[in-house]
Amino acid sequence: MSIRVLAAGAFTTVQDGGRQGHRALGVGCAGALDPYAHAVANLLVGNPADAPVLEITLAGPRLEFKSGARIAICGAQVDARVGSLTIPGWRPIALPAGAVLSIGACRSGARGYLAIAGGLRIDTVLGSASTDLRGGFGGIGGRALAAGDMLEDDGDASVADVHVARWWIDPSPEYDFAPVAIVRVLAGHDATTPVDGLFANEWRVAPDSDRQGLRLQGDALQAVERGERISEPVAPGTVQLPPDGRPIVLLADAQTHGGYPRIGHAIRADWPRLAQLRPGDRVRFAPCTRDEAAQARREQLQRLARIAIAVQARRSGP
Amino acid sequence: MAPSRLAIDIEPLGEDALLLRFGDAIDVAVNARVHAVARRIAALGPPWLRDIVPAYASLALFIDFEAFPSTADPLDATMRWLRQQALDGDDAGVRTPRMVEIPVLYGGVDGPDLEAVAAHAGISTGDVIERHAAGDYTVAMLGFAPGFPYLLGLNPTLAVPRLQTPRTRVAAGSVGIGGAQTGVYPRPGPGGWRIIGRTSAVLFDPLRGSPSLLLPGDRVRFLAADALP
Repeated sequence: MSIRVLAAGAFTTVQDGGRQGHRALGVGCAGALDPYAHAVANLLVGNPADAPVLEITLAGPRLEFKSGARIAICGAQVDARVGSLTIPGWRPIALPAGAVLSIGACRSGARGYLAIAGGLRIDTVLGSASTDLRGGFGGIGGRALAAGDMLEDDGDASVADVHVARWWIDPSPEYDFAPVAIVRVLAGHDATTPVDGLFANEWRVAPDSDRQGLRLQGDALQAVERGERISEPVAPGTVQLPPDGRPIVLLADAQTHGGYPRIGHAIRADWPRLAQLRPGDRVRFAPCTRDEAAQARREQLQRLARIAIAVQARRSGP
Repeated sequence: MAPSRLAIDIEPLGEDALLLRFGDAIDVAVNARVHAVARRIAALGPPWLRDIVPAYASLALFIDFEAFPSTADPLDATMRWLRQQALDGDDAGVRTPRMVEIPVLYGGVDGPDLEAVAAHAGISTGDVIERHAAGDYTVAMLGFAPGFPYLLGLNPTLAVPRLQTPRTRVAAGSVGIGGAQTGVYPRPGPGGWRIIGRTSAVLFDPLRGSPSLLLPGDRVRFLAADALP
């Protein structure tokens, strides 16, 4: 069965858990920028946590479901509707054949995740369904969705009417959408002048931020060792400092190598916060140890494991 | 020479990777050592290894965090493992480099910067072609975009600064020079290197059994062609 894209939204891509094992060929990870919301959306519809979903950026698509479907939307707070009915986030929703789901603007946060039970049927390329925008492959033709695209899903003929579950998953604490987001950072290879400049300053998210990196505006920093240097491997989370002194936090679409000084690494447990920052949003960075990072990450994985069990109990219950 | 244990700087690259640094300059011998160590680690194939990423003078190992017990620090455990293995040494016995030949149509609409490169070097365009095609190149690393090779071995007289303002679109297969490096753009896109020619070879096809025409450590020759297939 299929889903017709009536309007694509600002920037909507197919993403899953990302692509591993091909960085030596210059192929980055891609994958959901907010791995937590991506996982919860999938769990809510009974999918494996890393199944392909639609990642919505700032304003969502309008989709016509040719057959019934069970869906969930997590991450940013979006204005989603079917006809006059509001579709809330963080819970299972059933849509009958012919339903048109309109996902409007993100009211808080920047990225929403739409999971569909059974997963989107997307051919995997190099082991992943994720869209690699730089390489032009994966997802739908290696690009963002466009009006007229058709997505294939399993469909669910048993759905007769719109149904909104009366229970939901509490999205906190990742989604407090605080006025100033706090993101924890591990020490990087390069020191800066002033020495704690990354942590002392408040930063604003620049409008040219994208899936490759979050570009920051604020008082410029300098790396202690400046000048030309040879490219070394980088990773999602790496905080780069280009010569203009404005840090860039690399995200899932990060290139595999970079020559700029590396002044830190945003910890994984805080990637959801990074993914939800909008242009103009304020962010502060806090220093963190590897032990603290590992603990925060394990707590998040445990929370996901508990959600998986709770959802399964709900789904198999009377 | 038998491989020995690594006596180099190893540092974390975030939570999921270690960076092994063999030097801080572009050097053929250092790069060969990077590829030799990468080969030895790949041959050992520890189950927690996700990715081995060579660069000019460094190597990143990406690990599977969840493959380690929660009581262990995965990067410390990986570091200990690295220090216990005999990984270092030249590439003797590790591999025989492949030689890949790439036909190039130099100049004209396919090489809009050929004359500028010649002028910068103070030689004729014919000399640029001859010197570029005579080079014996090594793929130092693939990066920037899937399948984009950074090649070592450019004749130093051909080194030329990048464009002040990068082009918004460079054709697929464009052969360029950026500083002391040369490379080939696998697909159309923005680029700041000086374009001296083009090949019809497909450098990257994700649906191919071996997606990248070139692999790190491969040797490359450019053949001056009169026309492209």
